Amino acid sequence: MKRTLSYFFIGIFFGIVMYKSEAASWFRIYEMFQFQSFHMYGIIGSALIIGIIGVQLIKRNKLKSFFGEPIQIVPKEKGIWQYLYGGIVFGLGWALAGACPGPIYTLIGAGYVSLLVVLAGALLGTFIYGLLQKKLPH
Amino acid sequence: MRITPDSYRGTNKNNKDLPMKFIFEPWPWYVAGPLIALIMFLLIFVGKQFGMSSNLRTICTLCWADRKADYFDFNWKSQRWNLVVAVGAVIGGFIGAHLLSNGSAVAINPDTISILKGLGFQSAGGSYLPDELFGLDALTDIKSLAILLIGGILIGFGARYAAGCTSGHAISGLSNLQLPSLIAVIGFFIGGLFMVHVLFPLIF
Repeated sequence: MKRTLSYFFIGIFFGIVMYKSEAASWFRIYEMFQFQSFHMYGIIGSALIIGIIGVQLIKRNKLKSFFGEPIQIVPKEKGIWQYLYGGIVFGLGWALAGACPGPIYTLIGAGYVSLLVVLAGALLGTFIYGLLQKKLPH
Repeated sequence: MRITPDSYRGTNKNNKDLPMKFIFEPWPWYVAGPLIALIMFLLIFVGKQFGMSSNLRTICTLCWADRKADYFDFNWKSQRWNLVVAVGAVIGGFIGAHLLSNGSAVAINPDTISILKGLGFQSAGGSYLPDELFGLDALTDIKSLAILLIGGILIGFGARYAAGCTSGHAISGLSNLQLPSLIAVIGFFIGGLFMVHVLFPLIF
């Protein structure tokens, strides 16, 4: 229960940050791909710099989780094509719908019902990937 | 029905005098970026990882997709936590939009606004999302409905194919200095730049 509540509150915090930072705004994504603002690059870049330092500290000091368990950061499987092809397809969708998966949820909560169509599409896309997985180059 | 943030403008007027009024303004990148890093660390310290697209696979499994493809035949109960995070993100979106904002216009670059107006997005600079695509009227328009659905399909397919989205690769994966995440992020930008610069003039 304590764990479930912690995921829940982290989710709420995430939703607030996505909305208030405007990272959930279609306009900000478009502006980013036009290279006409530093805003999105600043968000991702500053999160990344702090993230790199923090992850290194966690690994070097072998820190434990809040629940006393060792922290395991599982790296992604090695490969090139699935990341490149999948990334390109994702980028096309990110720019078109102007939302990545996190902001889809945030915007539904903000009251934009049309994002339910995007979510339905995302689930359909996930399903199509599941069907085709074994036939795709990875 | 959507409650427009404008309807809150009146009630939030008094906030202008409060020391915390910046909360109600859009948050700058140097506040948002560190907070996103904090969210990633919070998830790491509760024994999980930051990634907002794996829940799509979990939802598919809950909708019996495991009967159609092995990809969905996995221990979904171990992934229940990311559904809880997603539900939280919905509530956070409500709080952010309706309780912590006193306007919804996104102040993008004036040059971007003029490009968008040229493409037919008159709402550029005046709203959070383009009304032309996301307004309730747009839901009755086949073209904008198709754009939202196809956009969603590309997001879902691409995120699972690449095994991660912006949060999982651009933040978590790159923070762990993983080469696959760098390749994925390069892919995100190839796809996004192609969409905005090559396909948008054909679509809009």
